[in-house]
Amino acid sequence: MPDNSRRLQLTADGELRHFLAIEGLDKPLLTRILDTADSFIEVGERTIKKVPLLRGRTLVNLFFEPSTRTRSTFELAAKRLSADVLNLDIGTSATSKGESLSDTLLNLRAMASDMFVIRHSQSGAPHFIAQSVTPDVAIINAGDGRHEHPTQAMLDVLTIRQHMTTFSGLRVAIVGDIQHSRVARSQIRALNALGVDEVRLIAPDTLLPHDPEALGARVFHRMEEGLRNVDVIIMLRLQRERMEGALLPSESEFYRMYGLNREKLAYANPGALVMHPGPINRGVEIESAVADGPQSVILGQVTNGIAVRMAVMSMAMGGQLNERQSATGEGVASP
Amino acid sequence: MKWRVDNIHPVTNGEPAAECTSVLVADGRIAALGSDLSGYRVERVVDGCGQWLLPGLIDLNCHLPEPGSDRGGSIESETRAASRGGFTTVCTTPNTSPVNDSGAVTHLILDMAARNGHTRVLPVGAVTRGLQGERLSDMVALTRGGCVALGNGGHATTSSRVLRRCMAYAHTFGLRLFLQPENASLASDGCAHDGLVAAGLGLPGIPQVAETTAVSELLMLAEETGANLHLGPLSCARSVALVQAAKEAGHNVTAEVGISHLVATEQAIEGYNGTFHCRPPLRTEADRRALLEGVESGVIDAIVSQHRPSDEAAKLAPFPETQPGLSTVESTLSLGLERVAAGELSREGLLQALITGPARVLDLEAPVIAEGAPADLTLIAPEQRWMPAAGSLFSAGAHLPVRDRELPGIVTLTAVDGRIRHEHGGNGS
Repeated sequence: MPDNSRRLQLTADGELRHFLAIEGLDKPLLTRILDTADSFIEVGERTIKKVPLLRGRTLVNLFFEPSTRTRSTFELAAKRLSADVLNLDIGTSATSKGESLSDTLLNLRAMASDMFVIRHSQSGAPHFIAQSVTPDVAIINAGDGRHEHPTQAMLDVLTIRQHMTTFSGLRVAIVGDIQHSRVARSQIRALNALGVDEVRLIAPDTLLPHDPEALGARVFHRMEEGLRNVDVIIMLRLQRERMEGALLPSESEFYRMYGLNREKLAYANPGALVMHPGPINRGVEIESAVADGPQSVILGQVTNGIAVRMAVMSMAMGGQLNERQSATGEGVASP
Repeated sequence: MKWRVDNIHPVTNGEPAAECTSVLVADGRIAALGSDLSGYRVERVVDGCGQWLLPGLIDLNCHLPEPGSDRGGSIESETRAASRGGFTTVCTTPNTSPVNDSGAVTHLILDMAARNGHTRVLPVGAVTRGLQGERLSDMVALTRGGCVALGNGGHATTSSRVLRRCMAYAHTFGLRLFLQPENASLASDGCAHDGLVAAGLGLPGIPQVAETTAVSELLMLAEETGANLHLGPLSCARSVALVQAAKEAGHNVTAEVGISHLVATEQAIEGYNGTFHCRPPLRTEADRRALLEGVESGVIDAIVSQHRPSDEAAKLAPFPETQPGLSTVESTLSLGLERVAAGELSREGLLQALITGPARVLDLEAPVIAEGAPADLTLIAPEQRWMPAAGSLFSAGAHLPVRDRELPGIVTLTAVDGRIRHEHGGNGS
């Protein structure tokens, strides 16, 4: 898989041309994305928050699953890069008119789209599109099933880098529903690729995937042990369906065992960062006093989200255009 | 037609005879066997070129897409493929559209097979109406109409009570049941083996216990009701052990494995390769090894193609939405011979599981190359190699378990009931 994922995402020169998964991407490339994102943070602080990198390019936000935050940060990121943006909320009824996913996308490509930002409930949907449907349109994965949510992981590691300066020596704990979380899979891969000391997963067995250690993490069942000596704590969002699916007894029991309150936070290293991809369930995953407390960097994550998305969009467009250029002679400079 | 094939090594129990011989076929039977049969007047003489003559291969699990949509071939195309694969008999699954749960559908299948088929076609009827798992089908009528067994067509029967009644009713009339073991609530929305690969890809998994608990349940229900149970396709090591224990305890049970599960593992779906989306899912290397051992020891009676032809579009979707199954009937024997060449399976074990094992499951007369035996014959050139490629296959199914790989064993001739239905390099019948 790493090879396959790498081949699909990168041009022959090792440039990004799709952004589908963290898997297969190495430290230098991830660092380049973070550095590029850093440079875009400054753009967000200007009065006129625009750069012309994607001027004249058409980007389609294709959300087959509802989302407010991710979609709006993608939209903002694209607009700051001066792209033309089309938002399509296809919802879960994409095929209600009987049109297949392939046909939907081929139609959009025919409208001369340059980039698709895709969220889909099926794992591997963006891979499938990049591989078999529209390989010549840059595909950005905005979350696929339980697989990956790579821009979320990049904004998380950007946030960590801003506060910790380096990844080596860090211990990071990810707490909650690992099994169903695309965010966790991307985070584990990104943190390992960037060279943290240890990634820990803290969850009951019902919320862990098969052989979780094989993903590159140590497993703990209890917060007291798992949070000891940890520098960063990432809380995952708990979906209400988990109770209906008999994976957990109740929100209150989850909060008792795994909710991050001040008492549990004290197990971690002093000054440990508290992160959450949002939206937060206060009193389910996290106590308000912790979410709003001095160690929380949750709102900073949101700001970084725009910069990271600008970075991967401009980089993938550059790689894609260079590839097109060598194939067809279309003359465009990379950003 | 009376014809003769010269210069062949008849294969008995997986072992080709040392001496070359000739076989005379007349009236659908082997009329004579001997070194010089030139005294008989025949319409045709085939030169066997020193190849192996086997009793025809029998496939207990082959989906023929008629009646149904026109997107995955026809009885004509898929039996032609089976014939090229060396099969002379195929059992077709009940999950046609409409489901084969009435004598009328059985009649339709048999009628189309008689007109357009290239192999003998034995339908498996649905054990419950519409394969819904709620009401019993007209089992006796289906059997009288020509079904050789009643099956669930890969649709897990969720109610244990219904299963128990299916078995008790089938036992009353001495009917055979072909059941694919799957615990529907454990399999849930899974689409791949619940293991390392699925965990990495974020695909919902089907745990091994989804199969093993179903195997245990079916074995216990069969033991209690006395039903004649054939289980499979199996995918887990633990299932093989359970079947072995049941057989050792003297229970009336047989089992099958699909060729794909002897050839590939969960690794095959890396990169969301929907071609290898199978049901049951491809599992671990340890499972594959245990399945091969099960074939070798005879715990698993039959290797089946589990042929599921589908057009390109069926796999053009995100992995969980792709249609499970591969187009395998043309390459099953060759894939098996490749395992033999790799030292993973004996030739005897392979051929038993493709010929005598399935014949025993169906209570057919033991297939042999002997005077008076039915002339269901498969002639193969075991050393010759071929390359399966999408454009050159007879099957309408586009999804092969191998690509760009040469396989050993070319079927040079297939005869059903004494009639030549496939000739390598020829135009079949």
